[in-house]
Amino acid sequence: MLWVDKYRPKTLDKVLVHDDVAQNLKKLVTEQDCPHLLFYGPPGSGKKTLIMALLRQMFGPGAEKVKVENKNWKVDAGSRTIELELTTLSSTHHVELNPSDAGFQDRYIVQEIIKEMAKNRPIDTKGKKGFKVLVLNEVDKLSREAQHSLRRTMEKYSASCRLILCCNSSSKVTEAVRSRCLNMRINAPKEDQIVKVLEFIGKKEGLQLPPGFAARIAEKSGRSLRRAILSFETCRVQQYPFTNNQVISPMDWEEYISEIASDIMKEQSPKRLFQVRGKLYELLVNCIPPEVVLKRLLYELLKKLDSELKHEVCHWAAYYEHRMRLGQKAIFHIEAFVAKFMSIYKGFLIATFG
Amino acid sequence: MAPLLQSSQPWVEKYRPRRVKDVAHQDEVVRVLTNTLETTNCPHMLFYGPPGTGKTTTALAIAHQLYGPELYKSRVLELNASDDRGINVVRTKIKNFAAVAVGSGQQGGYPCPPYKIIILDEADSMTEDAQASSLPFSDHLVVNSNALRRTMETYSKVTRFFFVCNYISRIIEPLASRCAKFRFKPLSEDIMSTRIVHICKEEGLNLDSEALSTLSSISQGDLRRAITFLQGAARLFGSSISSKDLISVSGVIPHEVVQALLAACKSGSFDSANKEINNAIAEGYPASQVLSQLFDMIVESDDFSDEQKARICRKLGESDKCLVDGADEYLQLLDACSSMMKAFCNMPEGYSNDI
Ligand SMILES: Nc1ncnc2c1ncn2[C@@H]1O[C@H](COP(=O)(O)OP(=O)(O)OP(=O)(O)O)[C@@H](O)[C@H]1O
Ligand SMILES: Nc1ncnc2c1ncn2[C@@H]1O[C@H](COP(=O)(O)OP(=O)(O)OP(=O)(O)O)[C@@H](O)[C@H]1O
Ligand SMILES: [Mg+2]
Ligand SMILES: [Mg+2]
Repeated sequence: MLWVDKYRPKTLDKVLVHDDVAQNLKKLVTEQDCPHLLFYGPPGSGKKTLIMALLRQMFGPGAEKVKVENKNWKVDAGSRTIELELTTLSSTHHVELNPSDAGFQDRYIVQEIIKEMAKNRPIDTKGKKGFKVLVLNEVDKLSREAQHSLRRTMEKYSASCRLILCCNSSSKVTEAVRSRCLNMRINAPKEDQIVKVLEFIGKKEGLQLPPGFAARIAEKSGRSLRRAILSFETCRVQQYPFTNNQVISPMDWEEYISEIASDIMKEQSPKRLFQVRGKLYELLVNCIPPEVVLKRLLYELLKKLDSELKHEVCHWAAYYEHRMRLGQKAIFHIEAFVAKFMSIYKGFLIATFG
Repeated sequence: MAPLLQSSQPWVEKYRPRRVKDVAHQDEVVRVLTNTLETTNCPHMLFYGPPGTGKTTTALAIAHQLYGPELYKSRVLELNASDDRGINVVRTKIKNFAAVAVGSGQQGGYPCPPYKIIILDEADSMTEDAQASSLPFSDHLVVNSNALRRTMETYSKVTRFFFVCNYISRIIEPLASRCAKFRFKPLSEDIMSTRIVHICKEEGLNLDSEALSTLSSISQGDLRRAITFLQGAARLFGSSISSKDLISVSGVIPHEVVQALLAACKSGSFDSANKEINNAIAEGYPASQVLSQLFDMIVESDDFSDEQKARICRKLGESDKCLVDGADEYLQLLDACSSMMKAFCNMPEGYSNDI
């Protein structure tokens, strides 16, 4: 088992960070009438961990006995039948799913499947709670229609069902859905908190950490706890005993983007654009989300640019990322950004050096 | 099936008014509907306004008061965004529902008027075509064929529509023009307070006057939100709730955070602004909320010229729109702040789109 899973705290009392939130959650579920909850915060900040511990707090160890199923549904949509497939994770008390996986058909998942689940009383009526819980992940990726479809369901069946919604950016969750939840902000742990977790794991694994080693990993994690634990484990595999000057290697894809940034700073030409296209495709094929690619590229460029160019380059990054949302093929927009950058940068070079 | 525990409902549902006259702040519609209860006359209705102002509550309340629990199921059809509302579905469901004739006359002490009610809640999320497909039922004039017309005429006599939505602009004109329209206003702080005091009494909570006014102001006229905040705070902090407790459950961003961001922008250093933005994102503050608090600070500040303010506000508006389209929070904040910095230095606006 990976360390990220092995050392995921199981109960609200055992968490190493967010203990304030954990204590609050405990109080929140002392009564039967807890409102719907929306957890939001950056990737790897600990949302999932808190939600799982919360379920355990509500339902006891039974909440951990989950089965994973690949379910198929046939939905009657007027003139045609739509087939949907979705993975669910469920115990006798709760069901967890990722409705946005259904892509542009996500609204049917909400209208047919989630509504049905919410309507039915809990399977286990003898249980401590009179309701069951539906955990919906990545609600920020749900289409507008799908989000609208949640609204009445959240009100109508609230006696028999509680929703726990989870996402990264709450700006992408509609006002009407947010208004129906108690919002729980889960911030990214600070570096010293990450160090604490790493030292805890190091102790459990019986490892010697040179002074400042955990701090270096934490610094490179961009405040993502998951990322810090993963790179800690990678270091362990690469070289143990640890040494103080041991390299904490960046992710492959990050190095790759750093190369792209150097490429386009060095030469601005159609030929170079074509070469870069191959690299961008490579990243996308390996499932690096396009907005992550664009943001990382911007990050690398900003490191190298003069102050006066930074404004313009960040503007175009925002511009093309927005267009990417509205459009369909991400590659067009990333490439447009690269071309735009080349043009601005070349103009700058000519103006400065002639 | 075990009986539903009343106590297992969140407070927003527990305190949903069951009678029209208990709906707060929406006097006009309450007056009209109270009249309906006496005369049983009722036009088609269109309720519009922001979330948590009582639209769904009012529509459900009048329907319940007209028919009572016995007849409710057979007389009222509620279709909301959680139902599939493609054109065919709407047409078929409404037709089947309207086709079964109803008797008239009082029953069990309820007025029971001789028509059925169709509530199309969250109607602005229906496609225009689907909206149009409910038209023939509300008005026979749109139908040309004579035979069909007769059926339609009967339908229009025996059905009343309640359209409910947030944005009236998304309702097609032919529907809107056939309805009596009521705008549901955001609840005023006074009315909101009255309602909250009532709940506090029922739940045995203590709210000082500062906490009360904080709650009213952070909920921005959305009573559902206020009740949810109140319940959250009650569970977390016990029965004595302070203004600070309420702010901590509300997701409002601490003033210092936005202040620091604004200061970084004023300093003119791109890198420090970038750092503050990265921090705001890592803290999980919603970008839309950051923009809205920045907006308030800029508008109220004496440090900027009108022209600077105008430039900045326009940009904040554009970024907000991009966020609604699903654009990345970090990039939009960065772009907005970069524009702000340029406005502070009176540097020219905009960039050329030429390659
Ligand atoms: N409170 C905590 N105490 C100690 N370790 C934690 C805590 N929360 C999370 N972790 C560790 O960090 C890892 C990542 O956390 P988690 O999966 O909960 O993040 P997340 O917020 O759901 O991320 P994402 O948005 O990317 O899904 C966990 O696998 C766990 O090992
Ligand atoms: N005018 C009001 N008077 C009394 N209670 C209200 C009022 N408005 C809202 N509430 C409270 O807020 C809750 C939600 O109200 P309601 O469902 O009517 O909102 P809505 O206007 O339909 O919002 P949305 O547009 O999000 O559907 C109700 O259960 C009730 O507790
Ligand atoms: Mg997760
Ligand atoms: Mg409503």
